[in-house]
Amino acid sequence: MKIGIVDYGVGNIGSLERALEELDITGVLLKDPSQITSVERVILPGVGSYTECMMRLHAGGWVTALKKCVLTDKMPLLGICVGMQLLSDLGVEGSANEVGTAGLGFVPGTVLKLPAADHGLRLPHVGWNEVFSRNSGAALLAGIPDGSDFYFVHSYAFNTVNPEHVAAVTVYGTEFVVAVHKDNVWGTQFHPEKSSRAGFAVLKNFASF
Amino acid sequence: MLKTRVIPTLLWKQFGLVKGVGFDSWRRVGPVLPSIKVYNQREVDELILADITAHIDQSDPDYESINDFGRDCFVPLTFGGGIRDIEQVQILLRAGVDKVSLNTSLYDKPQLVTEIASRYGTQCVVASLDVRSDGADWRCFSRAGTFDTGKYVVAFAKEMEDRGAGEILLTSIERDGTFKGYDLKLVESVVKAVSIPVIASGGAGSYQHMVEVVRDAGASAVAAASIFHFTELTPAGAKQALAEAGIPVRKAYRPA
Repeated sequence: MKIGIVDYGVGNIGSLERALEELDITGVLLKDPSQITSVERVILPGVGSYTECMMRLHAGGWVTALKKCVLTDKMPLLGICVGMQLLSDLGVEGSANEVGTAGLGFVPGTVLKLPAADHGLRLPHVGWNEVFSRNSGAALLAGIPDGSDFYFVHSYAFNTVNPEHVAAVTVYGTEFVVAVHKDNVWGTQFHPEKSSRAGFAVLKNFASF
Repeated sequence: MLKTRVIPTLLWKQFGLVKGVGFDSWRRVGPVLPSIKVYNQREVDELILADITAHIDQSDPDYESINDFGRDCFVPLTFGGGIRDIEQVQILLRAGVDKVSLNTSLYDKPQLVTEIASRYGTQCVVASLDVRSDGADWRCFSRAGTFDTGKYVVAFAKEMEDRGAGEILLTSIERDGTFKGYDLKLVESVVKAVSIPVIASGGAGSYQHMVEVVRDAGASAVAAASIFHFTELTPAGAKQALAEAGIPVRKAYRPA
């Protein structure tokens, strides 16, 4: 199994490569969109702001390549953290205007700041928190007890248009979406590569799709 | 519910790990890599690794060693020491580091915080504030606690939040290595001033100290070094004590 990791100049790519190695999966750093055809699965990592990440994806020619590989060729894709947020239609983080920055549009929804302050909570939401599976999320979280802790570090969250696309939720003041799924597209707000054994199980499940 | 983190701090000086008292009298406590492996196996919540001599010779971080450490760390790893520009951050993130912690650069080049935050997100930048009491207030020190910056901690912590820091790692130099407990007043005053998480550091001598700094001073996480290096106390024990005090902590993972 070869899983490509989109290398577009952001993200804690080293951590992800190592987690795959630990699972005996070959992680291939994709430095150029043309390399995407050489892998069977693709992971879109992301650390940073939504707008900055989208700018880099556009600049590197990734948007067209990802759309073809995901929408036409139906390759399984896993977006992690900001990588999951980019699957949405629109994100406001780092945006130069009020409207927001257009995303990849693979899973209908928008990415907004977590309403933590309304609940007297701090942002970023950083640390370990319990994840509960919803809908088809059971496949991604197979073998992992509901309510297991995963590592998060983010201030924005995915608001899905269609509740069926919610694959998992977590509570931080209020319940919010921490995994999404539509067809061959998956995303996790938490970092499986930094969530120790629970995270490895998620990556293993994704590799099996 | 978000869990309170227990974070071992590893201080790295040239070839091995060290621990001191009041940022001085460093004792060697062993090699780095085996410690990281052990902590990783025990599934600690997070690790902080700080190179305490990097500010002296203005050298780049030792990427090769960090790369080896990152290889064996499957929990979040924060690295600090000698970070002066954004290119170094990119290399560190590739080496398996998840967050960078800035100290001396916060004073010499504060715009770096904003630069890292806008490129990698606020969650990537930890502002590490080393402070000493002057009797009435607390002042920030740079260069591993050797240089008085003249900045007062509350105002400076707020400035760091405004510039884009995602967390504050707050260390009391006077309590460091003393086992006398965290400086609760210090932690509380910073926690009240900012809305980003504050990691309390310096002085942990018992599990009860950790409970107090979370419950009474509002820390989001506790960092400790000496207690884990020199006593029989462990991160797992600390979490159990926190749990018994009603503070939520991460459970050990058990596959279904």
